[in-house]
Amino acid sequence: MSLDAGAPPIALDPERHAALARVWATPRGLWGFLTTVDAKEIGKRYIVTGLVFFVLGGLLAAAMRTQLARPESGLIDPDRYNQIFSMHGTTMMFLFAVPIMEAMAVYLTPLMVGARTMAFPRLNAFSYWIYLAGGVMLYAAFVLNIAPEAGWTAYAPLSGPQFSAGKRSDIWAQLITFTEVAGLAAAVSIAATILKMRAPGMTLARVPLFAWSMLITSFMVIVAMPAVMLASSFLISDRLIGTHFYNAAEGGSPLLYQHLFWFFGHPEVYIIFLPGLGMVSEITATFCRRSVFGYPVMVLALLTTGFLAFGLWVHHMFATGLPRLGDSFYTAASMTIALPAGVQIFCWIATMWDGRPRFGTPMLYVVGFIVTFVLGGLSGVMLASVPLDTQVHDTYFVVAHFHYVLIGGAVFPLLGAIHYWFPKITGRLPSELAGRWAFALIFSGFNLAFFPMHLVGLWGMPRRVYTYSAEMGWGGMNLLSTAGAYVLAAGVAVYLLNLIVAARRGPAAGPNPWGGGGLEWATSSPPPVYNFGMTPVVEGREPLWLGEELPVLDGLDERTREVLLTSVSQAKPTSREGSPDPSIWPFVTTLATSVLFVGSIFDEWWVVWGSLPVTACVIAWFWPKPSHSRQVKRRDSGIPGAIA
Amino acid sequence: MIRPALRMASLSVAALALCGCRGVQTMLDPAGDQARQIDVIWRLMLWVCGAMYLLVLVFLAWALWRARRPPLAAPATGPTPAEPGLERGLAGWAGLIVAGLIVLVTASFLIDRSLAELRPHPLRLKVTAHQWWWQVEYEGARPDQLLTTANQVVLPVGRSAVVELRADDVIHSFWIPNLAGKVDLIPGRTNYVALTPRRTGVFRGQCAEFCGLQHAKMAFDVQVVDPAAFDAWRGRQLAAAAPPVEAQAALGKQTFESKGCVMCHRIQGSEASATVGPDLTHLMSRRHIAAGARPNTRGDLAAWIADPQGTKPGTPMPRVALSSEELNAVVAYLETLK
Amino acid sequence: MKARVVGDLSILPPAGFRSYGLWFWAGLGFMSIETAGFALAIGAYLYLMSSAPQWPLDSPSPDLLWGTLQTVLLLASLWPALAFSRAGRRCDLAATRRWGVIVAALNALALVIRGFEFPHLNTRWDFDVYGSIVWALMLLHTAHLITDFIDTAMLVVFLFTHSVDVERFSDVDDDCIYWAFVVLSWLPIYLLIYWAPRLAS
Repeated sequence: MSLDAGAPPIALDPERHAALARVWATPRGLWGFLTTVDAKEIGKRYIVTGLVFFVLGGLLAAAMRTQLARPESGLIDPDRYNQIFSMHGTTMMFLFAVPIMEAMAVYLTPLMVGARTMAFPRLNAFSYWIYLAGGVMLYAAFVLNIAPEAGWTAYAPLSGPQFSAGKRSDIWAQLITFTEVAGLAAAVSIAATILKMRAPGMTLARVPLFAWSMLITSFMVIVAMPAVMLASSFLISDRLIGTHFYNAAEGGSPLLYQHLFWFFGHPEVYIIFLPGLGMVSEITATFCRRSVFGYPVMVLALLTTGFLAFGLWVHHMFATGLPRLGDSFYTAASMTIALPAGVQIFCWIATMWDGRPRFGTPMLYVVGFIVTFVLGGLSGVMLASVPLDTQVHDTYFVVAHFHYVLIGGAVFPLLGAIHYWFPKITGRLPSELAGRWAFALIFSGFNLAFFPMHLVGLWGMPRRVYTYSAEMGWGGMNLLSTAGAYVLAAGVAVYLLNLIVAARRGPAAGPNPWGGGGLEWATSSPPPVYNFGMTPVVEGREPLWLGEELPVLDGLDERTREVLLTSVSQAKPTSREGSPDPSIWPFVTTLATSVLFVGSIFDEWWVVWGSLPVTACVIAWFWPKPSHSRQVKRRDSGIPGAIA
Repeated sequence: MIRPALRMASLSVAALALCGCRGVQTMLDPAGDQARQIDVIWRLMLWVCGAMYLLVLVFLAWALWRARRPPLAAPATGPTPAEPGLERGLAGWAGLIVAGLIVLVTASFLIDRSLAELRPHPLRLKVTAHQWWWQVEYEGARPDQLLTTANQVVLPVGRSAVVELRADDVIHSFWIPNLAGKVDLIPGRTNYVALTPRRTGVFRGQCAEFCGLQHAKMAFDVQVVDPAAFDAWRGRQLAAAAPPVEAQAALGKQTFESKGCVMCHRIQGSEASATVGPDLTHLMSRRHIAAGARPNTRGDLAAWIADPQGTKPGTPMPRVALSSEELNAVVAYLETLK
Repeated sequence: MKARVVGDLSILPPAGFRSYGLWFWAGLGFMSIETAGFALAIGAYLYLMSSAPQWPLDSPSPDLLWGTLQTVLLLASLWPALAFSRAGRRCDLAATRRWGVIVAALNALALVIRGFEFPHLNTRWDFDVYGSIVWALMLLHTAHLITDFIDTAMLVVFLFTHSVDVERFSDVDDDCIYWAFVVLSWLPIYLLIYWAPRLAS
């Protein structure tokens, strides 16, 4: 590993740096904390909060595993257990997996594409606050013993007005609203950044694979999340104002819920998985000292996966008695998605085969990812078959499958990615020894915990059960799983401790500790608040590997916040645009919106009255500011898109 | 390196474990046509997917082995000499995946079609799922030959059965892994499952769709018997319960009919005729009580009646206040319901 | 590795209309989200209709008058909206102010008519699933009418009260694009709610 401890390629002289840093700075203290629109600050918070929810979700899982270690364990009563597994799934899927991937994108995207900040910085800030508010609401409910208890999928009629008493399922439905708003806001921001704010010369064929994966993920979020918004809104209105969407007695349909939910739910797992694939590509290229083999194929695979993901959802409903011919279509589609995934696996291994791999911690996670995710993907191919699925659906076999693909396919890349970009974010290196120990514990703990679940599923153990009887013979494997879970937990603890200690006391990292080729390594570690003092010109996929000189463009305004916009496919510079200053309105709007969302759990009129303060906040948010075009130097070259 | 080896070791253990598996609730021990067909697809999948996994691991191991080569001065950005070969490898790999998927999709489709095939003159059952028990009815030639039981399914070997599936509260799932795949019971919808058992024996089914507090304890006994034994069972089930002769049992009947029990349960031949809860007319012919939660013994019966919440917290069966004398009498009465 | 300056970005214009500016893309993003939402709600309507024994389940079809009036009004409003957009892209303040007031007034009128549509749907949200899905579709579209009205009204007020630069003119254009979306998204919903029950029988 070559430690590039010298000065970063792009660095301003101290005077200019100080002036530009002042322009882009976040104010000090609590006010600054609440008003910042700095994508890096928001990204860091988002990542840390996501990891906190990861730990909380993991503790819930530890409780579940402890209960299931022995048959008829009386440790946790069924009501609490049902809340715990519902909280575990809801936390992991809505409060950890998607948000943390978006969080990594929020921090990294501007740096990877050569921009000073994200598009729509206030929307970004709002995305974080509304996400946090949702998480707080859910955990407050858990502490008060009114957490949702119908699973993370909350099927009607179990979650409906007749069978789920109190406010539990309403809290679940509103958590969806909070997190989906957050996710959609971040997705719009990420997509616009990647489409319009790339450095000159970064044509679509030169966009880093992580940015590609985030672009496609953002499109998927935009199309998929409205489905779960509808599913949960219909649920809440069934419960609160007496609609009959899922009430069979009045013509409604429990299957409508499943269709709407899974139309979101299946793309959701690819929304979680695609960013991981992007991360694997970035790490592999750097640690193998070679561009990823088959870039066009990789991009095509990401696109294909993104599209196909929307055509599979019925495979979650194979046991519901839908017409068989329709089911067979979804079998074919579900198996087809193995093709882009398989092709990508080949490309990564080919990159390792042809490159010169060094097995630093991030690369260990890539190897772990390949071994684990492929196993999960293959059990997924099994599940795609309707007849086989009717046996293993809703058993621990499925639990094993989705943990293999989600942990193998998303969490391992994420852990590798956090370790990989940690030096860029903090300026310090994590310990390699601790990193390897953490990986070993996590990898072995994970497999010990989840592999036996394939077996108990085949042996007949359904999922979502708070206990099982001793005569079934499932006790041994369950005990093994629990032991594995504890080892996994220990590994996560070592991993996090490594980062916490390194953040304070790790050795200085320099701008490019791993010798990477992307633009994020062209600026200092941590980056200056404005990311890049001058705008790089991109001439290849790994700009920093091209030679001894990095061409840059100067001239962006240094007295106001200004960003560069370029064309969508060729990244030709087209115009400049102002970027917002810190603002309290994203935070205040979150407070008003939270009142609206939480209030409407209890009374539908909150939707009406609560929208008044929200409207006022949005108006304040968009209150006209001094015009950017007036404040900066301009030529009389005309405004693109104007008519005479 | 170590990791692929660990993977291999685990797979071998798994393979060993898989073979040695007989059980009353496992898909790996098929006892009927449908489960056997599914077993064919399972084995095919295991081999094909196993082979693909092996190929990935071998390629990975090779790449890791080559990592021992000396490092380059500068990273490789442009095309390398190995690329044409890798491109051919990619094309071959993609072709292999496509071929494999075509085989699996075709096999899956063919097997799926055959699952719906039935032998002629199937037996007809109707199962209605409730939170957290199974109502089971067998159609007869005449309306008064409708057999009602609970938490048990008895089937004649070699004859197909079609089970009509309904739910009256939330979504449940009817699953007897040794015989067939699961089918959900969805309020407002009627589903069907075909069962063609080929081996006599005792099996177990369990609800496989999360249905609330006691989803974990919603199982049912399954027995596959000779056709003659089935007809005999059916005859006994259709008969009403004879009034008890012995004193304690008679007292128990009286207690049963005067306390809360009659609000939910039916015992043909007595005054209890409610259908809210399971039909108890032939309770003693069942191997378990409370939907598989407890074995059907005197002590378990007493414990269940004395404190239903203790066995199944959240069950709709209330605690009926009974003195220990009344409790023993009721249990004695129930024990006459053979 | 060292940086070498090869050009000067300050020659670029400080703003851009439509796809040259970021706000257009925000609008595009939100319109995509809402299109997905509408499409799924329409899908839900069709799903429920196809599995129903008759449709409506047990209500008369919605009265045609107010819904059709709304459709005509919305379609007609596209012309003033286009004029509003062109005035903005010409940076013509007087024309922009004039057309802005007209568009905002038409938006308000649409809301008034919407108020009459609801009672003439001839069903309630809690009557049966037909009522639920009809009200859901109407409420979804109404939410967009309301937010666009607030958006347009604010913008028009600012055209009079604050100094107007390229950015504001660009907002005018983006607002018109959004209004066109609100109008176009109404068409399939109108057809479904007002005509599907009549054609289904």
